[in-house]
Amino acid sequence: MATEGTVLQLPQRLPWYSVARLRHLTNLIFKEYPVVWLTILFLVLIFPALTADFTAPHDPLKQQLSKRLTPPVWDQTGDKPGTWSNILGTDKQGRDILSRIMHGSRISLMVSLSALAIGGTIGTTLGLVSGYFGRWVDHLIMRVVDTFLALPLILMALVIVAVFGPSFYTAIGVISVLLWSRYTRQIRAEVLSIKALDFVARARVAGCSNLRIIVKHVFPNVVNTLIVLATLQVGTVILLEATLSFLGAGIPRPNPAWGVMVADGRDHIASAWWIAVMPGLAIMFVVLSMNMMGDWLRDKLDPKLRQV
Amino acid sequence: MQRYIIIRLIQSVFTLIGVSIIVFSLARLSGNPLDVLLPDEADDETFIRISELWGLNDPWYIQYFTFVKNASRGEFGPSFKWQGRTAMELVILHLPATLQLASISIGVSVLLAVPIGVMSAVKKGTMLDTVGKLIALLGQSLPSFWLAIVLIWIFAVQLGWFPTSGRGGFSNMVLPAVALGWFSVASFMRLTRSSMLNVLDSEYIKLARIKGLPEWKVVWKHGLKNAAIPPLTVFGAIVVGQMTGSVTIETVFAWPGVGLLALQAVNARDYQVIQAVTMFISVLFIGMNLLIDILYAYIDPRIRFN
Repeated sequence: MATEGTVLQLPQRLPWYSVARLRHLTNLIFKEYPVVWLTILFLVLIFPALTADFTAPHDPLKQQLSKRLTPPVWDQTGDKPGTWSNILGTDKQGRDILSRIMHGSRISLMVSLSALAIGGTIGTTLGLVSGYFGRWVDHLIMRVVDTFLALPLILMALVIVAVFGPSFYTAIGVISVLLWSRYTRQIRAEVLSIKALDFVARARVAGCSNLRIIVKHVFPNVVNTLIVLATLQVGTVILLEATLSFLGAGIPRPNPAWGVMVADGRDHIASAWWIAVMPGLAIMFVVLSMNMMGDWLRDKLDPKLRQV
Repeated sequence: MQRYIIIRLIQSVFTLIGVSIIVFSLARLSGNPLDVLLPDEADDETFIRISELWGLNDPWYIQYFTFVKNASRGEFGPSFKWQGRTAMELVILHLPATLQLASISIGVSVLLAVPIGVMSAVKKGTMLDTVGKLIALLGQSLPSFWLAIVLIWIFAVQLGWFPTSGRGGFSNMVLPAVALGWFSVASFMRLTRSSMLNVLDSEYIKLARIKGLPEWKVVWKHGLKNAAIPPLTVFGAIVVGQMTGSVTIETVFAWPGVGLLALQAVNARDYQVIQAVTMFISVLFIGMNLLIDILYAYIDPRIRFN
């Protein structure tokens, strides 16, 4: 995924419909310009997550059976035309889809940030310890990592939720427990190469304790990797949470999690497609822009990771 | 080579022990394991039978050995949801459907991903490359369960080309295979492309060109052969990813495979079946990785001396 320096030079004196212009435009949108994914992230994830309480047009849980199964506003053909009051339509119980999506953003953001914080902290700490100390500590930790990587992800999550019961906190716990190992593996590999560098040996000669070397000398050198990895993981976490919620093992009803909304719309796909399609589009846009942001950060911060 | 195989074998055994500890302790983490192991409506007789099977009155380390002993013989106890069958029987009964779906979707994804990946590496920076990148990005971002529903909506409900669900002839397989394979197309293509880019930069490709070989031979024979190793290594992960991904896809399409079995077992709290499925898929994954690592070391001598 190398980015060429010439990409951003606007081809001069060419008509707007020429292939070069079009290619330049697609490059602008998909390769270099962070504007696109920043806008999507802000509009679909961050803004609604922060302000849904007073910007959402309706209460996400309020049922209005008289308005049930209203199509989106642009669909005026059926016997029940869309209205501006419910721009993206309503579901089987007459709940406003737009409001539910907006409140769902908060759930997605909360789950992914919490899972990121917990899983990332555990994973990074173990990765630092494993890579720095080596020997049996490394062997032990890496076998545990292998074990967690060998677990069938969704299946394990289903089992854990079956034992503890579905809730917001179970979802966060399950996702963190299942994803920390990826941080450990990546950070450890990084630490192994940093450990061999001169400045670590000199710090040791200067009498630094192991803890000090890890915190002050090794960790700052893996921060870039960590940021890139964490960004790319946000998409994975959102997808995983949505999948679990879809299967009924994530966020319990009636909370408007995106996965739950898609599951609600599944049985009505023939008559009311918007119930399932709209929240799915929200998931897609958020994960897509998160992945684009991760790719972009990787190119800027840590070109070594490109092969991953 | 022998040394390498033995080390990898020992590592795999440790991983297997780790998985068995996790599956074992999950049922026992929340107080009385019988509450988890048995559904609410189980009678006294099954209570006694299951306690005996898992040795639930013994200390925990003896319980663990009983678990490993039973599991290694494929004995996970009787199912409660499906009366009269053992858990392992059920897994084996549902396996062909999953394997059928997985092999078709893997086959199709390889057939799609490799040419697109190679071409987007060869024609780097063109429209084709951009389209390839877009597919890769979308593949990692589309939730598979949502894609499955949208496919049903468009191709089964609106156009009526394929049936909406169930297992049957070829037409039943198209939609689930596409929904399941979408993700692996993306990751396969990405890997093929980046590995192909590295290879095309190398000296022997230049030599092949200087020799005057036709371009298609340079790309598809000399290039692809050398670029195939990195995509091969993730093959195992993708195969098992399809087995777990099948939980959602099989649920949406009511495809009677292991994934659907797992979800039904979880919903019915049929823990014997859950244990059987989890252990089975983990063993498959570990075995697959072991096999691929050995193959990899066989193909690429640098690995075994490291």
